Amino acid sequence: MPLPGREIRSEDYESVTRGAALSRGLGRSYGDSSLPARPEDRVASSVLADRILGFDPATGVLHAEAGLSMQVINRLFLPRGFYSPITPGTQIITLGGMVAADVHGKNHHRDGTFGAHVRRLRLRVADGRVLWCSPTEERDLFRATIGGMGLTGHVLEVECVLARAASPWLWAESERIHDIDRFIEALKASAREWPHTMGWIDCLSRGRLMGRGILHRGRWAEPHEAPGRVPTPLRRPALPFVLPGFALNRFSVTAFNTLLYSSHVPRVKRGIRHPEAFFHPLDAIGHWNRMYGPRGFTQYQCVLPDSAGHGAAGRFLELLTAKGGASMLCVIKDCGAEGIGLLSFPRPGISIALDIPIRDGTQALVDALNELVIAEGGRVYLAKDLFTRGEHFRAMEPRLPEWLRIKRQWDPEGRLRSAQSVRLLGGEP
Amino acid sequence: MKVAFLGATRGMGRALARLMASRGDRLFLLGRSLEDLARSARDLEARAGLGSVGVAACDLERPETFSPALGAAEASLEGLDCVVVTAGLFATQDALEADVDLAQRLLLVDFTNTVAFCEHARKRLLARGGGTLCVFSSVAGERGRKPVVLYGAAKAGLTRYLEGLDHKFRAAGLRTVCVKPGFVKTSMTDGLKPPPFAGEPDGVARVVLRAIDRGTPVVYAPGMWRWVMLVIRNLPRAVMRRIGF
Repeated sequence: MPLPGREIRSEDYESVTRGAALSRGLGRSYGDSSLPARPEDRVASSVLADRILGFDPATGVLHAEAGLSMQVINRLFLPRGFYSPITPGTQIITLGGMVAADVHGKNHHRDGTFGAHVRRLRLRVADGRVLWCSPTEERDLFRATIGGMGLTGHVLEVECVLARAASPWLWAESERIHDIDRFIEALKASAREWPHTMGWIDCLSRGRLMGRGILHRGRWAEPHEAPGRVPTPLRRPALPFVLPGFALNRFSVTAFNTLLYSSHVPRVKRGIRHPEAFFHPLDAIGHWNRMYGPRGFTQYQCVLPDSAGHGAAGRFLELLTAKGGASMLCVIKDCGAEGIGLLSFPRPGISIALDIPIRDGTQALVDALNELVIAEGGRVYLAKDLFTRGEHFRAMEPRLPEWLRIKRQWDPEGRLRSAQSVRLLGGEP
Repeated sequence: MKVAFLGATRGMGRALARLMASRGDRLFLLGRSLEDLARSARDLEARAGLGSVGVAACDLERPETFSPALGAAEASLEGLDCVVVTAGLFATQDALEADVDLAQRLLLVDFTNTVAFCEHARKRLLARGGGTLCVFSSVAGERGRKPVVLYGAAKAGLTRYLEGLDHKFRAAGLRTVCVKPGFVKTSMTDGLKPPPFAGEPDGVARVVLRAIDRGTPVVYAPGMWRWVMLVIRNLPRAVMRRIGF
């Protein structure tokens, strides 16, 4: 599919952002958040602005240009005892994108989102000025930028604090669990003892087996448990071509899910794991999106708050299976407290992320899921969204008026925009 | 290895400088903007986790900066084993045809002034008993081709100069490495349609560093371009007039 417009790549990203409508990093957001609203809108690519401007091994404070990727950070600093403070499924993402989407990972229940580890941001705001913001300077701008999908300014530089790793290896356990209620109980129980938890569930299984899956939990290995060597970067095979659209169907996905579930023997596995294999399973196969055929896929990720009560995840899965949403990977995670970002996604509750191959009925499926999420008091993750309607978004975001107030204060003419912002918030396309 | 590097802030130069720093080479950066050089120096220091990286102003449009800049590098590094030049000017053939002043400027920077810089570097390296001079030319200099008539002419001249240096001074200890990158995805080529076999800066850096270590006089990067250019060099004129490559 030809994309509207073109991104401009330069080491001098800071100059390119002057007059640009949007910035874009490594393009791993699943929806239209990094695509321009109009073909003539200028999009500045940050990926060549990837210089480290300072690192203090005493405090772990890293200062870098916005295009630096998490993969480079991890590979450079793990041998020195530091790792990214949060660990999403892919590490092929930029610092700027991590700020814009306020990404979270397996340790959200304990360490929050990326925004909690950001000390300062250098931004180019809509009127062209370049300024710093932080929890103490221009606090409103900072809160609106963390998770603000790049709509309050171009993130030029990020100062954040890396986490310490006791050794460069993980000690991990995985456990097979045979229904959704037990799964959520086990997830919450694991969260009390383990810094990193997440689960994969089979969302095609129904009835008694609904929501069966495999729970992963881990912690950095202590030096005496870990192998003496530093883990070498994993090689990743790539899917060389786009599979035909029919390759993923109800039967192939059911077979895959059943195989994945039943081949997990014994019920609980323990051992030392490579950090890239444990934290970033999405990077195991390059171009894996090609699996979904020429029409591609979208993701759907929502959080169902604790206030929705017991069984909300079960109701969600029942609706999904009733609507025939065949998702190959369904990831489930318990979220901790809400962060500082005004549009930041996570809140205390259960987050569910699905891959949805794009078909004619995808809009109707997302609408139905969104209506359930609104009724349960939850919300969706903008970094993964392509189909949510503006009225649904407004209904799930009571914080939106506050964010819009700050957005209008810094960008009264609406110069910063994306295809997603126009879809959800209106404005001239 | 003690390296003076002109062009380490961008593209293939940035990738090569990072690779050198990561294995412990000591670098001194030369370039136009001191502020930009300082940012690249901080980057190399943080990545390598080693000592400080010095910088000095040097502009291929201002030949009077060449000798002082190389002198500053030699003094700061307390020696000099290798000089790398990745800097240069690029513009599309359409832009150069439309603006003769721009064309003249490009020819001056990419040929005359680059050669003058290399002369200063050559003398300093030979005075120390030898060393490596690694200069980025281009596959554009291999044959007169429609999309690179002017840029290619400057690079052809540069390639010949480097070949002559190698013939004359290798016995005296000067190892000349002429790098001929094919199409590499950098900001220089942003907006151009990548042909087959387009390379990435990191891959080019690995190939070039091996060539520097071995003293290979001519190196194509990515390596596939050696064979692409073998074909192009042997095409008859009648064909070259008809194709767009």
